Amino acid sequence: MKYAYFPGCSLDATGIEFGLSNKLVAKKLDLDLWEIPDWNCCGASAAHLTNHMLALSLPARNLAIAEKAGMKVVAVPCAACFARCKATSEAVKSSEEMQKKISDIIEMDYQAKAEIFSLLDVIGKQIGLERIKAQVTKPLNGLKVASYYGCLLVRPPKIVQSDDPENPMTMDNIMAAIGAEPVEWSFKTECCGASHVVTKPSVGKDMIYEILKNAQINGAEAIATACPLCGLNLDMRQKQINANKGTNFNIPVFYFTELMALSFGCSGKDVGLSKHFVPAEGLIQEVFGRARREEA
Amino acid sequence: MVAAAQHPNIELLAYSEIEDVKGYIGNFDVTIRKKAKYVDYSKCTGCGLCETKCPSKVPSEYDLGLGKRPSIYKPFAQAVPSKPVIDPVNCRKLVKGKCGVCAKICPTGAINYDDKDEIITERFGAIVMATGFDLFEWEKAYGEYGYGKYPDVITGLHFERMANASGPTGGKIIRPSDGKEPKTVVFIKCVGSRDNVKGKEYCSRACCMYTAKHAHQVLDKIPDSQAYVFYMDVRTPGKAYDEFYNKTLDDGAVYLRGRVSKIYPEGDKLICKGEDSLIGKNVTVAADLVVLATAMVPSAGSDKIAGIVGFSTDKDGWFQEAHPKLRPVETHTGGVFLAGACQGPKDIPDTVSQASAAAVKVCALFSKNEMEADPMISKVNEEKCSGCGMCIPCCPYKAIELKTIQEREHGKTIERQVATVNSGLCQGCGACTAACRPGAIDLEGFTNAQILEEVDALCL
Repeated sequence: MKYAYFPGCSLDATGIEFGLSNKLVAKKLDLDLWEIPDWNCCGASAAHLTNHMLALSLPARNLAIAEKAGMKVVAVPCAACFARCKATSEAVKSSEEMQKKISDIIEMDYQAKAEIFSLLDVIGKQIGLERIKAQVTKPLNGLKVASYYGCLLVRPPKIVQSDDPENPMTMDNIMAAIGAEPVEWSFKTECCGASHVVTKPSVGKDMIYEILKNAQINGAEAIATACPLCGLNLDMRQKQINANKGTNFNIPVFYFTELMALSFGCSGKDVGLSKHFVPAEGLIQEVFGRARREEA
Repeated sequence: MVAAAQHPNIELLAYSEIEDVKGYIGNFDVTIRKKAKYVDYSKCTGCGLCETKCPSKVPSEYDLGLGKRPSIYKPFAQAVPSKPVIDPVNCRKLVKGKCGVCAKICPTGAINYDDKDEIITERFGAIVMATGFDLFEWEKAYGEYGYGKYPDVITGLHFERMANASGPTGGKIIRPSDGKEPKTVVFIKCVGSRDNVKGKEYCSRACCMYTAKHAHQVLDKIPDSQAYVFYMDVRTPGKAYDEFYNKTLDDGAVYLRGRVSKIYPEGDKLICKGEDSLIGKNVTVAADLVVLATAMVPSAGSDKIAGIVGFSTDKDGWFQEAHPKLRPVETHTGGVFLAGACQGPKDIPDTVSQASAAAVKVCALFSKNEMEADPMISKVNEEKCSGCGMCIPCCPYKAIELKTIQEREHGKTIERQVATVNSGLCQGCGACTAACRPGAIDLEGFTNAQILEEVDALCL
């Protein structure tokens, strides 16, 4: 099936590993991702703090281009982009007046005919675990992963319609399918404080600290995420938090598609493992070693 | 209950279910299923020997799984009659055919494994509904409190069993996970109540007082303990209620106005993250035990029994009273009365008051030789009635039926069917008068002729 694909800004910049690994995983899973041509920024949190109509119209333009090309489904990897696209689609579906207003602003007709899904849901629910398992050549045996969803994949629940706003399982199930061991932990859907890190770092860092602490207490060796902002925050700030709080966090943070691509046999170089702030190559090598030992 | 069981005019049918109710006020024909007890009560002396020797132990429903009960059991110590029944789902003899310990040990030979359900039909003059309530299933709605996966997050009813001297812990308040005594106990009120997103819109009314009692019990029974109560409002309208709440405050319970947004385990503590909205700050309490004051909901199967007996329920499934202020004990169906939480959330004093009122209503009904009825009811003109029966399904009170009459026609006596209204059941709604094709039914006091006269008087 062909999916319209809206990568968003982060996947070419801070979340480049996410973009690289998405393409690798899509290829292995026969997922035909058609990148929306001439796409613009979704507005993320900046636009909807500025102007409600701007926040709805920015994603609407991208979705209108996909709709014009006859796409039925749009897959969005970034959690913030997904939440904004989904909110726009729901707003247009809910009122004819809103549909006219937004179409006027973007000077294109937009009917919200295409369904919007996060890439996580596309892979975890539509592709399904069986097809994922079939591609696994190097299972991540025993890697203890804390699946971290953050806020925007699960909230607001009525708009994003995830499997469960308090205890989502889609990523956990994918992790189990590629041979990792998803840990039970309590901070799956906490906010990582992304925006606070810029405006009030002390608040933001405390939020990251709590997430890392709970992952560590519950025995996680790595964190998997589906959001470039969460990924960046949890990965980049560990060193600062260690310095401030006297902790010794050393938990590599992966995009879930990175771990999938690695288990499908892709090389660390192609996946972008070297781009991590907390070094990840050592852990991955060690995990594959474990797998070999078990085979022997 | 013992007094009721011993009263010469009260027949107690314990362990029985209502299968069907036919008839009407003064003449209810009730079909009752007396469930198989597997114990002959005419022989059983209630010595309890069988209960001590039964090898098949299962979690006790009455103790909400905190303790165990044998498969031949009384639901609780004070149950009336004080004689056991066999649980056919868990009894080894009934399931696998092997065991029979209770039969061997019974000194009076009262055990009968071949017992069968018995169905009886009896006639009653009035019915009092008292089916009570269940607790809201918070485990299905409140993921932020762990969906029930943390053993030390319990409900007020669990706490009540633990605090009870004859309960599974002998009155000792413990953590179900490790049996240790909790020092810091967090109470969360309005779990499912006053929450129109995840739970029910209504206030469950009894929780403010029992939570104050529980907090008081924690402080009283556990040395060096601390009780935190997260609340939305403290609602204590009742005689001596507010005084009790203030006493709990004076004892040292910390009341925090705000909701708990998340509970998660850390070590052997449960971290409760909440808000104190009076100071506008986040609050985190590391608790040993968390007690949820969960909403009251109508007891399971109450909608089914309402359908069988023939009266309505409200939007939340509580039994509908005839008038919220003036007739809170009656239903719209004559002869059916309400007592207790089946009508809506209630505490014990309110339940006792309503139950007493229901009993008196029944006494008043039975004390008369004739029943007083509303005169504004439907009347059938038999000469006009064609006997089509269209009015019967229209009547919400099942007050109309067909009867056979004899009349003379062209010198011969013929028989035909006409509608007849039961004056005890008709509530004068007028639905049948509109449905009647030949115009044979009129509402007394509002006849078609009277209404047309009124129209004429107004218009001419």
